[in-house]
Amino acid sequence: MTAQVTIFAIVFAVAVIFFLWSCWQRFSLVALGLPDNRIDRIGLRIWNMLLYAFGQKRVVAGKYPFGWNHFVFFWCFLILLIANTEFLFHGLFPDIIALSKLPEGLYHALALIFDVVSLLALIAVIIAISRRLWFAPKYIEAKTVDAFVILGLVATLMIAFFSLHGSGIALGEEAAAAWMPISSFVATLFRDLPAVTLANVKLIFWWVHAFALLGFLCYLPYSKHMHILTSIPNCFFKSIDKVNTQTPEVFKKDNVYGAGRVDRMRWKDLFDSYSCTECGRCTDNCPAANTGKELNPRLVIHDIKINLLHNGKLIKQGKAPELSLIGGGKEGSIKEDAIWACTTCGACMEVCPVSIEHVPKLVYMRRDLVEMQAKFPDELLSLFENLENRSNPWGIIPAERSRWVAEVNAPSFEKDKTEYLFYTGCAGSLDTRNKRNTEAIARILNAAGVSWGTFGKDEKCCGDSARRLGNEYLFDRMARENIRMMQEAGVKKIIVECPHGYNTIKNDYKQFGADFEVIHHAELILQLIESGKLQLKNKADAGKIIFHDSCYLGRYNGIFDQPRKLIEKATGKAPMEMDRRRETSFCCGAGGGRMWMEETEGTRINIARVTEAMKSDPDTICVCCPYCVTMMEDGLTDIKASDKVKVIEISELVEKAIK
Amino acid sequence: MQIVTCIKQVPDTTQVKIDPVKGTLIREGVPSIINPFDAHALEESLRLKDKYGFKVTAISMGPPSAEVTLRNAIALGVDNVILLSDRVFGGADTLATSMVLATAIKKLNEEDEVVLVLCGKQTIDGDTAQVGPGIATRLKYQQLTSVDHIENVDLKNRTITVRCKFEGRYEILNSCFPAMIAVLREINRPRYPTVPMRLMSQDYKVTVWDNKVMQMNENEIGLKGSATAVRRIFSPDRAMGQILGGDDVQDPEEAARMLINKLISKNLISLQ
Ligand SMILES: Cc1cc2nc3c(=O)[nH]c(=O)nc-3n(C[C@H](O)[C@H](O)[C@H](O)COP(=O)(O)OP(=O)(O)OC[C@H]3O[C@@H](n4cnc5c(N)ncnc54)[C@H](O)[C@@H]3O)c2cc1C
Ligand code: SF4
Ligand code: SF4
Repeated sequence: MTAQVTIFAIVFAVAVIFFLWSCWQRFSLVALGLPDNRIDRIGLRIWNMLLYAFGQKRVVAGKYPFGWNHFVFFWCFLILLIANTEFLFHGLFPDIIALSKLPEGLYHALALIFDVVSLLALIAVIIAISRRLWFAPKYIEAKTVDAFVILGLVATLMIAFFSLHGSGIALGEEAAAAWMPISSFVATLFRDLPAVTLANVKLIFWWVHAFALLGFLCYLPYSKHMHILTSIPNCFFKSIDKVNTQTPEVFKKDNVYGAGRVDRMRWKDLFDSYSCTECGRCTDNCPAANTGKELNPRLVIHDIKINLLHNGKLIKQGKAPELSLIGGGKEGSIKEDAIWACTTCGACMEVCPVSIEHVPKLVYMRRDLVEMQAKFPDELLSLFENLENRSNPWGIIPAERSRWVAEVNAPSFEKDKTEYLFYTGCAGSLDTRNKRNTEAIARILNAAGVSWGTFGKDEKCCGDSARRLGNEYLFDRMARENIRMMQEAGVKKIIVECPHGYNTIKNDYKQFGADFEVIHHAELILQLIESGKLQLKNKADAGKIIFHDSCYLGRYNGIFDQPRKLIEKATGKAPMEMDRRRETSFCCGAGGGRMWMEETEGTRINIARVTEAMKSDPDTICVCCPYCVTMMEDGLTDIKASDKVKVIEISELVEKAIK
Repeated sequence: MQIVTCIKQVPDTTQVKIDPVKGTLIREGVPSIINPFDAHALEESLRLKDKYGFKVTAISMGPPSAEVTLRNAIALGVDNVILLSDRVFGGADTLATSMVLATAIKKLNEEDEVVLVLCGKQTIDGDTAQVGPGIATRLKYQQLTSVDHIENVDLKNRTITVRCKFEGRYEILNSCFPAMIAVLREINRPRYPTVPMRLMSQDYKVTVWDNKVMQMNENEIGLKGSATAVRRIFSPDRAMGQILGGDDVQDPEEAARMLINKLISKNLISLQ
């Protein structure tokens, strides 16, 4: 064994042990989280991993051209992983392991690939550095030491690669020189050096390469580039279904509720925090962050990671954490205002390239505030009491729920006779403006001869706001009561007017043993038209219509096309589209219980949204959700456009076409 | 030293209707709630507990179903609750009610000195605002009514300073212990129970004192001990309201003009 090999073997061993020790230190902390089953449906998980990690599906999606730079980076990295593994083992066992020992064809092919890919990687690094220096978008923290250390190490690695092989070629030691165009070019630069110097150059760059590579390895677990290790498994563990619900809690004496400490998150939430690439796309799409609120979803994930790293050791030893998860003021602690600012719109989760789930984490922290500390914005006290005592957000007398029935011919739901329960929801039955949609739906159902009925004054709030606001205890009771009532009444199919109720009855109630066939009125009405049961007598005229996606219908449940088709059927024309639409639509500001809270910080989300709509100069904004109706109308009033532009619920539009 | 807070379970009166024939309240299916004023009295006593370390006992006279209200008080952090319940207490007016409550407070005082009694200013069903002062009179306590702020408690000198809100003025009053304080709703914002406390309160065994425990003279309690009796309850006739213009009038100025013209035509206002 030569001295070089011995020294390298020692350096290699130290680096690898340090790397493994660092990984153990960090990854063992993930086990502190609560259980969460993420190994079911393995086939689908492998598919997700191929699609999202190896296919980089979300990295290159949407309006992020630099995503392609990452795509190049990612694949260069994977390919060079082979080259670098060979480098390390060749360094350890120079006589046994070497590329040149492979069959000639393969050897030449690999030499060519490694050479070209190294150049691509170098170009990608240069682009990335330039972006950070000169074209940095505001949603990333561009000029961090961490980023430049990593980019610097990669650049060093590539330069060392070419210099090493270049000098080797110049020395005539490289058998595959003809297959290494870039290294050969570098060799021409070394052409005039004497052989001894060349040998030294080669030796120096060999060690530079070795140190850059092992340095990179050792630095990884301490950097945001930890995602290199975690993002592929994170795409495997990603939620297979849409993240449109949160885990229920078990209410039993001595239990703890919500995530007031980092170890009260699920293990996957902790793993998520390790997988964040800090790309900032979540923040770029967040309605709260975009309107000057305290919330920055990227930082929420970052703070969870910092908190775990800070407290992990103590928690492992059974001691209390030092750094509080909720409270703010320090890196690793999240401000309450940030936690309350989330509309649970899901835009962050939709764009996150590594499928991090922000909303459940925020809801679990809300649970701690509400359930363990009874600490929440003042406005929510009456909301919770109203939901609990009168089963509606306003505290209106429950008997008022059936008032709208007087306006239309609305039958009661009858066991074994009625096919559909029409669940109107609180806004649909109690809010003056939104009762108009409910009446429109009732008239449409009657016109199509659908067998339907309501619970009238006995209908109860679905509990969506309670759940999203972290009052799981209240939600749990409301959900069970509703399910019991619906099951006792023999309900099988439910038409829901409000997307929040739709999502709750369809997805949340499943966790409580419900199994109803749930349909949103936009879906059902389209079916009725397509099957010829509902005749459109004329074209509804509402001028130029622009469509706004509801988060809970679109992103949460994938209903994008039905309302658009419905508008086209009712008016004869496809609606105009917003800049931000479908999967990357922008929230109206009402979800996540924000409907019942003041919006004092920054500018108003609904104003941002109607302003966006106004760019297309519409006559009508068409929506599919009573909350959206309220938010859009309020927004138009605020920007003094309510004379010119009207808000219409899709059912009202269809009603115009059947008159 | 302890604080006793008197809380009453009342029907949610906004949902109560009066049976026009029988002249009685239709209570069926109407949910019961804690008298809203008493929720504030409870909160204030809990704040005094947090600040000065008093023990807090909540008491209520009512039917066995009033236990729920006391259980909720436990969930909010009250130390001890007692339900005063016996058929013979039934039908009480404010005099008999305050007799029973005062006797219970006296009994509690024997175990641990009662320095403050907190009541709501009034209930939303009886509305008399007499029970608090009645208790103070029977016990010979100082009485501080319409309190909207507690300024200070001086444990050493055994005094309390409060602010009372009256029509057009505030009064800052200083009183020695023991005192009865009847609070307004502005005094605070009640807290919300945490889930562990709620679950704990569900298994909590509420102490019930009937007249075997209270040993009160039958002439002082219930119907017999009442100085007044209800003869009739009725809703006064109210003329039907009228909607001017309705949805057709979008312009607020136009609506205001219609209203003013209407009022002038009825000679209710004049522009001179
Ligand atoms: C339907 C109905 C029927 C009635 N029938 C009769 C009748 O037949 N004869 C009759 O004489 N009177 C009758 N009353 C009146 C009844 O006497 C009063 O409800 C009762 O005495 C309490 O008075 P109040 O509700 O006005 O309390 P207030 O004096 O307005 O209450 C002030 C405070 O005293 C405390 N307090 C009051 N009551 C209680 C209680 N029970 N337990 C604990 N704390 C309490 C609370 O802190 C409360 O905020 C009737 C009332 C109602 C609503
Ligand atoms: S759910 Fe919406 S509001 Fe909440 S953090 Fe994500 S993008 Fe922001
Ligand atoms: S959470 Fe996802 S979208 Fe947000 S910064 Fe991290 S990787 Fe990017």
